[in-house]
Amino acid sequence: MQIPCPWCGSRPLDEFEYGGDATKKRPEGKKQENMEAWVDYAFLHDNVAGRHKEYWQHVGGCRCWLIVTRDTRTHEIIKSEFAVPQLRSNQR
Amino acid sequence: MSGQSHRLPSGGRIDRSKTVRFSFDGRSYEGHPGDTLASGLIANGVHLTGRSFKYHRPRGITTSGSEEPNALVTTGEGGRTEPNVPATMVELHDGLVARSQNRWPSLSFDLMAVNSLLKPFFPAGFYYKTFMWPRSFWYRLYEPAIRRAAGLGTIADQPDPDVYEHSYAHCDVLVVGAGPAGLMAAQAAARAGARVVLADERAVPGGHLAGEAIEVDGRDSAAWAQGICDELDGLENVQMLLRTSVFGRYDGLTFGAVERVGDHLGNDSSGDLRQRRWTIQTRQFVCATGAIERPLVFGDNDRPGIMLAGSARHYVNQYGVLPGRKVVVATNNDDSYLTARDLARAGADVTLIDSRREKDVTGHALLPGETEVRYGQCVTQTCGKLHVSSARLADISEPDHIRSELPCDLICTSGGWNPTIHLLSHCGARPKWDSAISAFAMAKVENGVHMVGGAAGTFELQKCLQEGVAAGVAAASACSRKARKPAAPKTEKLPEYRIQPLWRLPDTISKASASFVDFQNDVTIADLELADREGFGHAEHAKRYTTLGMATDQGKLSNVNAIGVLSELRGTPIAETGTTTYRPLYTPAALGTLAGQRQGAEFRATRHSAMHQWHEKNGAVFTEAGLWLRPYYYPREGEDFAAAVKREVLNARSAVGMVDVSTLGKIELKGPDSGQFLDRLYINSFSKMKTGRARYGVMLREDGMVFDDGTVTRLADDHYFITVTTANASGVMQHMEFCHQVHWPDLDVQFCSVTEVWAAMAVAGPKARDVLSRVVDGIDLSNEAFPLQSVADARIGDAFVRVLRISFSGELAYEIYTPADCGLGVWEAIMEAGAEDGISAYGTEAMTVMRTEKGHVAGPELDGRTTADDLGLGRMMSQRKDYIGRWLSQRSGLTGAGRSQLVGLKPITNSDTFRMGAHLVTEPGTIGPDVSQGHVTTSVYSPACDHFIGLALLQDGRSRTGERVYVASPLHNEQVEAEVTGPVFVDPDGERMRG
Ligand SMILES: [Zn+2]
Repeated sequence: MQIPCPWCGSRPLDEFEYGGDATKKRPEGKKQENMEAWVDYAFLHDNVAGRHKEYWQHVGGCRCWLIVTRDTRTHEIIKSEFAVPQLRSNQR
Repeated sequence: MSGQSHRLPSGGRIDRSKTVRFSFDGRSYEGHPGDTLASGLIANGVHLTGRSFKYHRPRGITTSGSEEPNALVTTGEGGRTEPNVPATMVELHDGLVARSQNRWPSLSFDLMAVNSLLKPFFPAGFYYKTFMWPRSFWYRLYEPAIRRAAGLGTIADQPDPDVYEHSYAHCDVLVVGAGPAGLMAAQAAARAGARVVLADERAVPGGHLAGEAIEVDGRDSAAWAQGICDELDGLENVQMLLRTSVFGRYDGLTFGAVERVGDHLGNDSSGDLRQRRWTIQTRQFVCATGAIERPLVFGDNDRPGIMLAGSARHYVNQYGVLPGRKVVVATNNDDSYLTARDLARAGADVTLIDSRREKDVTGHALLPGETEVRYGQCVTQTCGKLHVSSARLADISEPDHIRSELPCDLICTSGGWNPTIHLLSHCGARPKWDSAISAFAMAKVENGVHMVGGAAGTFELQKCLQEGVAAGVAAASACSRKARKPAAPKTEKLPEYRIQPLWRLPDTISKASASFVDFQNDVTIADLELADREGFGHAEHAKRYTTLGMATDQGKLSNVNAIGVLSELRGTPIAETGTTTYRPLYTPAALGTLAGQRQGAEFRATRHSAMHQWHEKNGAVFTEAGLWLRPYYYPREGEDFAAAVKREVLNARSAVGMVDVSTLGKIELKGPDSGQFLDRLYINSFSKMKTGRARYGVMLREDGMVFDDGTVTRLADDHYFITVTTANASGVMQHMEFCHQVHWPDLDVQFCSVTEVWAAMAVAGPKARDVLSRVVDGIDLSNEAFPLQSVADARIGDAFVRVLRISFSGELAYEIYTPADCGLGVWEAIMEAGAEDGISAYGTEAMTVMRTEKGHVAGPELDGRTTADDLGLGRMMSQRKDYIGRWLSQRSGLTGAGRSQLVGLKPITNSDTFRMGAHLVTEPGTIGPDVSQGHVTTSVYSPACDHFIGLALLQDGRSRTGERVYVASPLHNEQVEAEVTGPVFVDPDGERMRG
């Protein structure tokens, strides 16, 4: 399996490490009263059969964290972009 | 020596000018370069090569390729012993040694063949049903007995002296299969300038053309194939991988393959490369894997001398051997007419039995006039002992009635051809039943995949060539390589391939004799009938019930026949009977090849610190810490582990010691927001810490559990240096990168792992300052000028050093960081300077003893289930800032009563010991998850206390100081009474480290 890194190009799976569900955003600034939001962020993740957004890090390369859209049934990779929004305009 | 009785006087693509000698079951034989073990044995009249798995029936060479189910042999001797190798894939070389398998005491007289007489008692599912009760009998009695009786070869019991390696290839177009279609595809893609890899499992190119006597482009087919191969081999953009089995296709057009580099050379010096595992990454894949013939299923269809029809002519044409002189060809399709023709031309007396009516047949035009053909007939049963001796024939309309019995020494059988679609479906695509060819084929393929020739269900040679050219051009142009479309060469016109399936004969025949569907696992039609009767009639169920298709050949000959049989038994169309799932590996690969160089000491990398040489020279015993080798202790003359560790601890506590801490993870941060970034990562704050100071810090995971701890040092306003635990070094770095890139990309901070850049050592003990004052230039080390938690840059000799005054041991201590290439020199300089104060090195065990005496937590306490408060670090948790894990650490379950908290333990009786992992209970003699109140995380002998001490996690432990508990390890039959204490055993006020 290969993952296209927007910085390095297509690279083999062994250069990457999986980082989990990328559909949730950290409830930045939310306090203890919003425990529900925190629990949702940390623990409640869908086990998607189909297209899913995941974090992957190119640890054996540029070390960028990526948001990869992958079909969990076929392992087809539909999209791969920098996690850092400011970098996305530089994307190859 | 009987000589090569079955070698034809001329013909074949072997080198008759040379002779090679080989042995089989201790007898020596002769063959020629270009032979396989199978063709060499047949040339010498040897068909019987093994005994079957379950019934120990005599079996012989059935095919000429990697699909061989019966002729599995053991090759080599000593460490080179390799079991279960198909004789059809072993190239003959001088000195080759091969043995048959699964027979005792000898191949022709096998005592276990008595299983065959007991066949009615050994139906499918027998082992499961009969031997289940009583349970203990299964392990002690039945299982070992069955293992002895039913088995394949035995693996080597000595280390393998050969070398294996891994290699990687990247290409535009990967073509698997160097048959007519594959060669054309590779040629067209290569001529267009694409980078091409062409792989084929055989030693010679041409695929089935290597074994045909037909013309391509006006030439002999094998010579034509060799010509294309030579052209491709000369091109820079083509890599030819013959003798290479592509065993699997993985996601994203990644392929695994094994190249047999040295097997055919017969090397016997150690250190030679034997096999190479390839990982091939391609942009386009041309599947030209051809087709595999399936046998007909009739009574006693497994005797030596019964062979696939295509393979029989392969032996004649490629190897110049005639597998039999009195031949029955039994078929249901037109391809077998080529076999009848080629065997008749080679001088055999051939009778062709075709189950179809004459008007449905196209192949008869090929036959020499004198060949006898019987239409509408079939072979129902065979006779013979160690070799087939006759075939019983019947009309297809009345198979129960034997019409005649034909004496023969070879039966060529063909039930049709199955496209080899394994590599097309390894990634999950399912094939569809194609009734035109009566076989499973792929209806469509994914982007970037092309199927051509036999693999695509195309059995007409001219079309195969054309498909190859078209696929090569398409694949190259998909990689932006411009191609002119060359014309495919012309071939001799062959009759159209037609087939009428013939899955099985009536029940009466399968009841009277064994009709084998799966040779390698001895599965018969009767077994499939039983599976169906018991409700396991779907292909996927029947497979598991009978073990059909689960042998090393993965059912290459048997799967489709089984589905055909089941479909008739169930009265359902084949499409509804199901197909089996194709999974890698296509053919078996040796574990040594998959491991490659990664074995023994090279299994994984080993990391040494800059001071490793010194540790070795000074007798260190090493321990593994991740990839690192660290000094565990340094025994002196006559010392055991305990004595050495005790001496090292006492010396550090009373004088001075030094420990190598280079393995700590080290990260440097720069940028105006560095302090803020660290504030968000750690539970305590660092943005307000003064430059030149260092402090202990703790990180949580987002779920509130402790992740890691270490020191944070501020080197300048916008410059920090942190250390993290050895075990978590890479994990913390990834975590920081995640937090920065995903959560807070706006923070202006850059950071970099510098673990390997710095060597590090800790100097600890009451004499530490005296020792360092003698060698460190540039710092006043006095307590006033350089108190606890100070940091400054200095020199030792010519080396730059960074000195941190922090203490893990509880003693007056300094950590010295120096560039890795200065590490050894600095270490030695300190050792020299400390000699007069009795400095000695200590290892990781002495370090553990001292940190336990001080109640400092480490790996065993940071087990991913403990909160900062559990570990007594709750006061460090800032209330004034947000940080990773802050809010989820406040969940009620993590803050309420009943949490396991860090405590100390000491035995009531000083001489008692307890071990890590032991449980804490309040009543003696009880143990179990319901009564356990905690466990021992660390236990050591404390020289300072002169008894064992422990750290433990105990329910509500902090409020239970002074209580008595029992430390129980029922596994070791141990139970000791202990008192709960605070976690700090030595110098609770920390006066020593501040001194
Ligand atoms: Zn990258």
